[in-house]
Amino acid sequence: MSLVNLHQVHKYYGDNHVLKGIDLDIQAGEVVSIIGKSGSGKSTLLRCINGLEEYQQGGITLDGKEVTTEDIQVRCLALSVGMIFQNFNLFPHMTVGENIMLAPTIVLKKSKAEAAAVAKAMLEKVGLAEKFDSYPEKLSGGQQQRVAIARALAMSPKVLLCDEITSALDPELVGEVLKVLEQLAQEGMTLILVTHEMNFARDVGNRVVFMHQGKVWEEGDSKQLLSSPQTDELKQFIGAVL
Amino acid sequence: MIQFSNYDIISNLLFATQWTILLSLAAFVGGTSVALALTAARLTRNSLVQKCVHLYVELFQGTPLLMQMFLCFFGLSMLGYEISAWSAAILSLTLFTSAFLVEIWRGCIDTLPKGQWEASRCLGLSFLQTLRFIILPQAIRVALAPTVGFSVQVVKGTALASIIGFVELTKVGTMLNNATFEPFKVFALVALIYFALCYPLSLYSKHLEKKFHVSR
Ligand SMILES: Nc1ncnc2c1ncn2[C@@H]1O[C@H](COP(=O)(O)OP(=O)(O)OP(=O)(O)O)[C@@H](O)[C@H]1O
Ligand SMILES: [Mg+2]
Repeated sequence: MSLVNLHQVHKYYGDNHVLKGIDLDIQAGEVVSIIGKSGSGKSTLLRCINGLEEYQQGGITLDGKEVTTEDIQVRCLALSVGMIFQNFNLFPHMTVGENIMLAPTIVLKKSKAEAAAVAKAMLEKVGLAEKFDSYPEKLSGGQQQRVAIARALAMSPKVLLCDEITSALDPELVGEVLKVLEQLAQEGMTLILVTHEMNFARDVGNRVVFMHQGKVWEEGDSKQLLSSPQTDELKQFIGAVL
Repeated sequence: MIQFSNYDIISNLLFATQWTILLSLAAFVGGTSVALALTAARLTRNSLVQKCVHLYVELFQGTPLLMQMFLCFFGLSMLGYEISAWSAAILSLTLFTSAFLVEIWRGCIDTLPKGQWEASRCLGLSFLQTLRFIILPQAIRVALAPTVGFSVQVVKGTALASIIGFVELTKVGTMLNNATFEPFKVFALVALIYFALCYPLSLYSKHLEKKFHVSR
């Protein structure tokens, strides 16, 4: 059974038809890169998958369970879907450790000690063990983003959604974040990422989904798709970003 | 006619200042409590509740405080509820203060990035948990300076209670003026005392603002 399944999903913002019948099927352990021009609906697609946005037609299932925006549903969903944002969205009034421990303690009801152990392990994983007591504002963008990844991982999600998570970073900091993602991919984490990092999509990703005007315009094996695109739109897009 | 020495004038004014301070504190505590409840009500996404809070804010911001006091004092007694000048003053100042604080606090909560709500939601926090652990701790830091700043308006607003007969600083000032016919001296002293009450508050507000900006 697929981990994430979208069937003919339509999404409107008022009159603006943003997603026009998306079909997508993602297996556990896959690394799927979503690419496409600005405004093609990439973020909207991700946000529908974890219930941040509602959709008007079609169906989305996660691990066989239907996704809706009902509060209680979203909260259950949060247990299996992690999300990383372009601008980190760390909680600035909490230390790195507190950021990571918060949800495990109050949502998963873990003890402080347990949550702290998890937080330390996750920080270790993203290479920031020594930053446990720092405040986010004292960290570089790349470090903040790695903390955000650790925070999501502490909820042991089945799939991680990443929306242009390196776009707000200085170029020299992009690598450290991508390295963490690559390591997660190797460990078998399911990743769905909106990205402009074509090299990453090709070398680490299994599959590329090219979105255009609210549709999945072209999709397939990452190396194949990026080296020999079929549609003119994808050819143009690749020509523009490379 | 009784003679008032400067010492008498000042000691009477200072005594009356106690009541001004007490009234300010009562109004501020009352206003803060009501505003807290209204802010929480407004944050629930119930549109009827939001409209009611909006109406409340518009009503008490859009009418003079003095009229509100008159309505509380004379209006309620005409309806058969005997109410002291003290209670009427506290009641109207509480309504007035809360209407402004709700609006100030809404602004503070709105300045927090939407991403804070979204990140909380993605981590599985409930609405109330998000409010308690994420939104309020940050909003309070932003809100402190303007809230303390607004308390100056509350202190000055208490002067109106003199008109419905509550004996506080302004009222005693008027009484002393009637007895001494030295308006300049008496009211200059009254103004000075108000200034002495308000200036530290606005200084503190500025200090808080700076502190917040540095730590951001
Ligand atoms: N909250 C919103 N309200 C109204 N319209 C929206 C909203 N969010 C996005 N849109 C519209 O939906 C369309 C798709 O937006 P989306 O953010 O999904 O694009 P994107 O592919 O992620 O673009 P980008 O690369 O710029 O992030 C755009 O036309 C955008 O204007
Ligand atoms: Mg986007």
